[in-house]
Amino acid sequence: MLEYLAPYEFYPEVVAFCALAALAYTRGLRGRREAGLPVAVASAVAFYVGLAITYAAMHTYIDYLAQYMFWVHRAQHLGLHHLAPFLMALGRPHEVLPYALSPGPRARAGRVLAHPAVRWPYRIVQQPAIASFLFVGIIFFWMMPELHFDAMLSQDLYRVMNASVFLEGLLFWWLIVDPRGRLDGGLGFGTRILMLWAVMVPQIALGAYVGLSNAELYDVYSVCGRAWPISPMTDQRLGGLITWIPAAMMSVIGALVVFRLWLRESVRDAPPPAAAVEG
Amino acid sequence: MTLFRLMTRWFPLRVVGLALTLTMVLSACGSEPEWDLRDVSGLLPDLDYELERAADGATVTEDAYAGEVRVLFFGFTNCPDICPMTLQKFSQAVRSLEGGADEVRVLFVSVDPERDDREKLREYVSAFGDRFVGLRGPEPVLRDLAKRYRVTFGYGEPDEAGYYDVSHSSAAYIFDREGNIRLLARQDSSIGEIERDLQRLVGQ
Repeated sequence: MLEYLAPYEFYPEVVAFCALAALAYTRGLRGRREAGLPVAVASAVAFYVGLAITYAAMHTYIDYLAQYMFWVHRAQHLGLHHLAPFLMALGRPHEVLPYALSPGPRARAGRVLAHPAVRWPYRIVQQPAIASFLFVGIIFFWMMPELHFDAMLSQDLYRVMNASVFLEGLLFWWLIVDPRGRLDGGLGFGTRILMLWAVMVPQIALGAYVGLSNAELYDVYSVCGRAWPISPMTDQRLGGLITWIPAAMMSVIGALVVFRLWLRESVRDAPPPAAAVEG
Repeated sequence: MTLFRLMTRWFPLRVVGLALTLTMVLSACGSEPEWDLRDVSGLLPDLDYELERAADGATVTEDAYAGEVRVLFFGFTNCPDICPMTLQKFSQAVRSLEGGADEVRVLFVSVDPERDDREKLREYVSAFGDRFVGLRGPEPVLRDLAKRYRVTFGYGEPDEAGYYDVSHSSAAYIFDREGNIRLLARQDSSIGEIERDLQRLVGQ
């Protein structure tokens, strides 16, 4: 059992990120509780589960399998690009993380984030059309067969690939599940639904293309050997299906969250029913 | 609805994919002529191993054939197709090198130490020519070596006769005289391509 939990390769950046995120979030939770502003248990659980998925995908036996089996690689990216960032974004990080810092450093961090050199690049990559394009584009980018070949061969590129899909996932899913509506500085809920639809269609197309192709598109797994004997076509079909169905499902789940936020906002903004009756 | 218009404008992702591919292709166009085999310079570490040589049982390292162009291949002697096919290709390519046959060495590493004893491995590789060296080692050593070159191997379930399949890397790693990784010969590489690139490496 232990051998499955041990990392196949040691990635200091993964350990540092996960440790820092867990520490900051935990401190933030405590800070909010002390300030009398506790965060819902479900939000905290979502954040920690997302972080655990990130760690498991990169720093356990899963990472070994992901390097030597195409379909596990696709499942790993489903975790890193979709599921884990989605769950972490549900953890209300914008409320919790500031409380990880004491008031002085918090104000300073706030000033850094509000600085035009930080704010403008962020606003550009988070522009709805650009954000949707980046979210899908990065999947297409790393799945170009020749580049995919290099990425699976070179450890450096492999690490860059995994980090980039994860960070891009965080940006995108934060935009989608940000509980603040347009009046509070978030994105309009209708726009979010449109974005989810826009990223779903190309993913379905790509998954179907890979899953139904009769040619071996990603021969790097034959080159490097597979984790256990399985036919390249079976491996590719499974990988295509994972790119196709669960990834598209994530758009549906994301839409459910958005509709819920939308509903909550419209209820909040509506005049109280009692006043309406009396008036 | 500017957002919607923006989205429909970039929506045909084939266009995006094409643009990306084009960028990649253009940036790959360097001054040096292309190799026929896959150029993987810098993507993988240099040659480094310590294994038992099937011919005499001696422990050999990357220094054993220093100065020669070396080809590293992972396989097993019971392999039904990929291994004999690849070794046969290299055997022919090496034989037709002009005056350079003794500058190339093919290292066949067995990833099936259970069945491939020294005698069996020695006999197997000698069938392909005297430039072929059979190497073996205990599984943990093989795992480390495989990991270094980002490859793996695994064993299937044995059938009634005790035969089991082994999944392994299908590519041959080619190192220059200094032991730097240079090329990767894939399964679909032809004898001609292998010969041309080996010839060019020998001449460097």
